[in-house]
Amino acid sequence: MLRFLGLRLARAALTIGLVVTFAFVVLRLSGDPALMIMSPEAPAEAIAAFRHAWGLDQPIWAQYLRYFGAILHGELGQSMRDGRPAIQLVAERIPATLAITLPALLVKVGLGIPAGIHAALHRDSLTDRIVMAGAVAGFTVPSFVLGLLLVLLFAVQLGWLPSGGQESWRSAILPVITLGLGGAGILARFTRSAMLEVLGQPYIRTASAKGVPWRAVVRGHALPNAAIPTVTVVGFMVGSLIAGAVVVESVFSWPGVGRLLVVAVANRDLAVVQCILLLVAATMVLSNLIVDLLYGVLDPRLRSQAAAGAH
Amino acid sequence: MEGGSVLRHGLPGEQLLPLTSADAVSMADTLVSIRDLRVAFGGVPALRGVDLDVRRGEAVGLVGESGCGKSVTWLAALGLLPAKAAVAGQVLLDGQDLLGASPATLDRIRGGRIAMIFQDPASALNPVHRVGRQVEEALRLHRGMAGPAARAEARRLFDLVGIPDAGRRLDTYPHEMSGGQNQRVMIAMALAGQPELLVADEPTTALDATIQAQILDLLRRLQAETGMALVLISHDLGVVADMCSRVGVMYAGRVVEQAPAGALFTHPAHPYTVGLLGALPDMVGPRRRLSAIPGGVPEPWNLPPGCAFAPRCDHASPACAAAVPALQPAGDRHLAACIRVNARAPEPA
Repeated sequence: MLRFLGLRLARAALTIGLVVTFAFVVLRLSGDPALMIMSPEAPAEAIAAFRHAWGLDQPIWAQYLRYFGAILHGELGQSMRDGRPAIQLVAERIPATLAITLPALLVKVGLGIPAGIHAALHRDSLTDRIVMAGAVAGFTVPSFVLGLLLVLLFAVQLGWLPSGGQESWRSAILPVITLGLGGAGILARFTRSAMLEVLGQPYIRTASAKGVPWRAVVRGHALPNAAIPTVTVVGFMVGSLIAGAVVVESVFSWPGVGRLLVVAVANRDLAVVQCILLLVAATMVLSNLIVDLLYGVLDPRLRSQAAAGAH
Repeated sequence: MEGGSVLRHGLPGEQLLPLTSADAVSMADTLVSIRDLRVAFGGVPALRGVDLDVRRGEAVGLVGESGCGKSVTWLAALGLLPAKAAVAGQVLLDGQDLLGASPATLDRIRGGRIAMIFQDPASALNPVHRVGRQVEEALRLHRGMAGPAARAEARRLFDLVGIPDAGRRLDTYPHEMSGGQNQRVMIAMALAGQPELLVADEPTTALDATIQAQILDLLRRLQAETGMALVLISHDLGVVADMCSRVGVMYAGRVVEQAPAGALFTHPAHPYTVGLLGALPDMVGPRRRLSAIPGGVPEPWNLPPGCAFAPRCDHASPACAAAVPALQPAGDRHLAACIRVNARAPEPA
């Protein structure tokens, strides 16, 4: 178990290191932060001074080493735009993002899993077709299209809900629905196919053959097995709680981490972008770790594998 | 009932033969009586009128090539086929028709009166539950046992089916046990409801030869000890000859011959049975070339008219295509579905 955890942690550190490196390379190759933050018309001396102040005049590998070293010491740098610590800027935005992504996660799980189970149990029925059509629509329609459609309908036409901003809790409703419906569609499809796979297994027939009533077969024999693949998808959704709302936050002008990221990338505000990416990578890695541990709880076969690999 | 009436004792076909005392007993002792059972998947027939009786306490073998409907017969009888299967006919358990029975009635019968074990024990047990719990579930459902009582009984059943270190084994998962051990768990689970009939669907096919013999010995011993009836579904004639007092031979969704095991192996009446036996090596006597049945089993959606075996039969005549031959007497308690049976002199009883 300790070795299992150790391996996981080493892999997590490697993942985060790669993310940081990749972000650094892409951001630095795609534009000059000095020109983005100062205007291109700024005097050459001012730009040179800015470059010197932020270390941008040094060779790129030196900048990289300095940056990486700082991260290892827990320093994530300052925003080039307003000089405040990047981590503080990002932390301020986290509650707003969670205010829409957490309820959206509830919508995804609360709607998607029951719909998928129902569709699988009534395969090829009318409800199955309706659920699956909805699921396909839910994850093929891009969130900005769905978001704009909802704005047109509920904000512009009906005038029931605000179209954006963060004035009251009502402003959160449309972003939550936009995020939740797409995820629910994905989860419904995964749950349905996981259930169908499990319902075709011989042990389901065994349970029926020994006289277990059908509802108990579904609850006691099918669901615990179908939960294993479903947990993977839910884990992925938990991992994207921080970064999964970039587009939706932009559509609804929601002042969360996602919008901060868009603005920071546009400005080549390196430290802020890095900080957000680091946070995203960390949540992803953490949720993957939780999923792996949950697998062990749900599936005794994996538990013995982990035990066999760890002795 | 008309389709299966020739099977009932005392009906025209058998009135010619004197009723023996064994027949008189068996009349009252029929446990399960399958009549004209028909199953189709999406319009394609899998069973085309199966007639079969199982008496209390007897061991019946059901043989035939894969796809002939051996397993489907019993899955259909217990309502275990997927909803898309169209099932018609009668499956009488002590006179009660299972094919119209309510789900609650079926749940009491499955595992409680008729238990079933399957071919691949490793995948027939739920991988996420401990084996003891799976046995205890059957005890709870059919004998109302729970907690320590259920656990003690599960342990007794594990001992009974020969699982060593039963107390500890209750807490293992199926993947931690061998195939033979898993099949023993399946048998313990089947015994939990104290069934009157155990249907064993190719119970040893997925197991090693030595384990096969052990499992068959176990089934034989348990049948003798508990007095339950046994239906052994197998494609292995040797296994069936060894275990069963009566044998039914199936071909393309029908029972083509049924007889006491001894009579079937010494005087097979249906050309298909003759062919099956010809394909087996002899244990004694000179070595000879094994004979294979020419051709292959017809596809269920493309069956020939009349007798389904006619295209592969050495004795086929134009009359074979006229109608599907019904089972008719071919000796003492011996029935065969071949038009040539009538033409021959009955064998000595």
